[in-house]
Amino acid sequence: MGTAVFRDAWLIAGKDLRVEMRSRVGLNQIVPFAVTVLVLFAFALDTDQEALRTYAPGLFWVTVLLAALLAIGRSFAVDLADGASDRLLLSGIDPIAVFGGKALAVAVQLVVLEVLLGAGVVLLFDVTVHRYGLLVCAGLAAAAGVATAGTLYGALVAGLGVSETLLPVLLLPVVAPVLIGATRAFQDAFGVAGAEGWAWLGLLAGFAAIYGVFGALSYGALLEEA
Amino acid sequence: MSTATTSSSATRVGVPATTSSRATKVLGWLTLAGFAVLVALAFAWVPEDTRITEQGDVVGQFDAVRLMFVHVPSAILAYTGFGLTFLASLAYLRWRTDWWDMMAHSSAEIGVVFGVLTLVTGSIWGRPTWQTWWEWGDVRQVTALVMVLVFIGYLAVRRIPAEAAVKARRSAVIALVGAVNIVIVNRSVDWWENRTLHQQSTLFARKIRDETLFTLSFSFAVGMVLFAWLLLHRFRTAYLESQIEELEVQEALEERRAEADGADHGREQP
Amino acid sequence: MTLLGRFPALTGVDLDISPGETVLLKGPNGAGKTTLLRLCAGLCSLASGQGWVLGHDLSEERRMVRRRVALLGHRTGLYDDLTVAENVGFWAQAAGASHQDVDEALERLSLAGRLADTRVGRLSAGQRRRASIASLVVRRPELWLLDEPHAGLDQQSRDTVDSLVRGAAAAGATVVLATHELERIAVLEPRVVSVVGGMVRSGGGDSEGDAPTDGDRRVS
Repeated sequence: MGTAVFRDAWLIAGKDLRVEMRSRVGLNQIVPFAVTVLVLFAFALDTDQEALRTYAPGLFWVTVLLAALLAIGRSFAVDLADGASDRLLLSGIDPIAVFGGKALAVAVQLVVLEVLLGAGVVLLFDVTVHRYGLLVCAGLAAAAGVATAGTLYGALVAGLGVSETLLPVLLLPVVAPVLIGATRAFQDAFGVAGAEGWAWLGLLAGFAAIYGVFGALSYGALLEEA
Repeated sequence: MSTATTSSSATRVGVPATTSSRATKVLGWLTLAGFAVLVALAFAWVPEDTRITEQGDVVGQFDAVRLMFVHVPSAILAYTGFGLTFLASLAYLRWRTDWWDMMAHSSAEIGVVFGVLTLVTGSIWGRPTWQTWWEWGDVRQVTALVMVLVFIGYLAVRRIPAEAAVKARRSAVIALVGAVNIVIVNRSVDWWENRTLHQQSTLFARKIRDETLFTLSFSFAVGMVLFAWLLLHRFRTAYLESQIEELEVQEALEERRAEADGADHGREQP
Repeated sequence: MTLLGRFPALTGVDLDISPGETVLLKGPNGAGKTTLLRLCAGLCSLASGQGWVLGHDLSEERRMVRRRVALLGHRTGLYDDLTVAENVGFWAQAAGASHQDVDEALERLSLAGRLADTRVGRLSAGQRRRASIASLVVRRPELWLLDEPHAGLDQQSRDTVDSLVRGAAAAGATVVLATHELERIAVLEPRVVSVVGGMVRSGGGDSEGDAPTDGDRRVS
């Protein structure tokens, strides 16, 4: 325990991110997918600029959640591809470090995605940002929440054979509070509704903390199996 | 060497071929009789819900209030089922016995059935009283929906063909996380729309009539008997399924041993 | 007994292996050799019976077993998108080994130089296997578990595998391997253990007289 856990978590996160940077699946597939979803929303809501501006926060976060499913699935698929998941078990690395490292890597990817999508929303949906501090904090806290819950559920379904379809069914109801909180916070940050943005930030941070602790505690039980 | 390494179920005689027993028969008849009485009470005895306002208008839910005797017990049974799943999952992770695993599975299935019934009856009740099938501003309604979705996911995991111990462990963790999640969803939806159409629990506020209160309590009692009856049957089904699985393993084991013996034999012959 | 799903892969195992021993698992495909090796690595569970590896109970202390063994299976355990050096470096760091260990391992498996900076996804099967072995060497395992280490390899890689097995045995590590290439490791004079239909028997060797129960496995 102690510093070894942080060092190992850092090692795992670095490895996951490096694999993602090399493979470019995120950049070549997940980001274009997310942008396409934004465009589809615009088609669905017609050319009503006002509606797009009003609903931009919610549409943004739904898009992030859909893209997050892909990123989380990929994080585990990479380990399963050629038996690295077995090696991770054999490495003797503390499960808490594996969980923390994988969640950190997913969170970093989500933050990058949020930045790109945020630019997309500003350009396509014509929103203006009123509160940058709130925007940044809510973006980080929501990414942490989705990453921790997502990594826990990703491990729960990993290797079960039907994980692509199972992950959305399990994860999306669970991250509903993140969608609610992050949307409200962004509504405040975009100035489209008078929500108490900072209070919602508390919900997001609490969600991330709960799932961080829960994931770290139960990851060992999930990894003990073959 | 290498005999009887599994736990002896293939030879166990007296595994019942049915999930029925004296207890379930009693419970089943009790449920039926209770149901008949409940219908009589709800339609004949409980008066319709009306109130006369100061302006002299007649308001209230009229006959729709009778839905309460299905809706409220269903909700309680759903929460009972999920609560039991939570506790059984916790117990499974602690003691790792199949009994708790089967208990978690059985109660979750019953919970989902009553959860869906709660949503449907609530929606039907909402139409005349709230003038809408669905009200997103209502905390309890939205929470119940998310809860049912979470446990439908749980049952999806239970149906995957995977190693029994792996599936049991993962399901247990999903049930625990799901239960914690219900609290988070409830709080966040509450804050989301800080208003609720749902009548605040009117049970103890004495606004409710005695006939209604009695019938509601009676419906809880019938519901609990029904729950026990279903749980016994479902649990025994799960047990019989596990017996079949173990028989299959035994059979595969015999084949595997024959394979080994055959090879030995073949080697000694020449 | 070890179950894979509902399939009893191992039904009766009675085997003792002493430290530093080299053991050859012999038997037809599907006999349970792979499962036996995975069991020894702490990656499978016992449905019944008992077993100890390196002094650790296989039911209770699998985590302790896992970090002290090296399992070379059919899959490489490497990331296709990372280079050989990055892969070996990652697993070395995970095991707490140094950069020098990495360089030595790469050198020993003739992966130094240009190959070290090639992505694993672009390597040949033999080179991948060697990279996989390099990432195991850095862990300095006490017990090597090799599952068909020669299968599908070119001549150079086969020789490398042989020298690895010899080196590990010479260094005092215990080696358990399953292979069809009997003549290749004949020099090591391994104890031959036959695996058939999920049954494992030590070849009439010197297993302890008081070997307790069936379904028992001890690798020290």
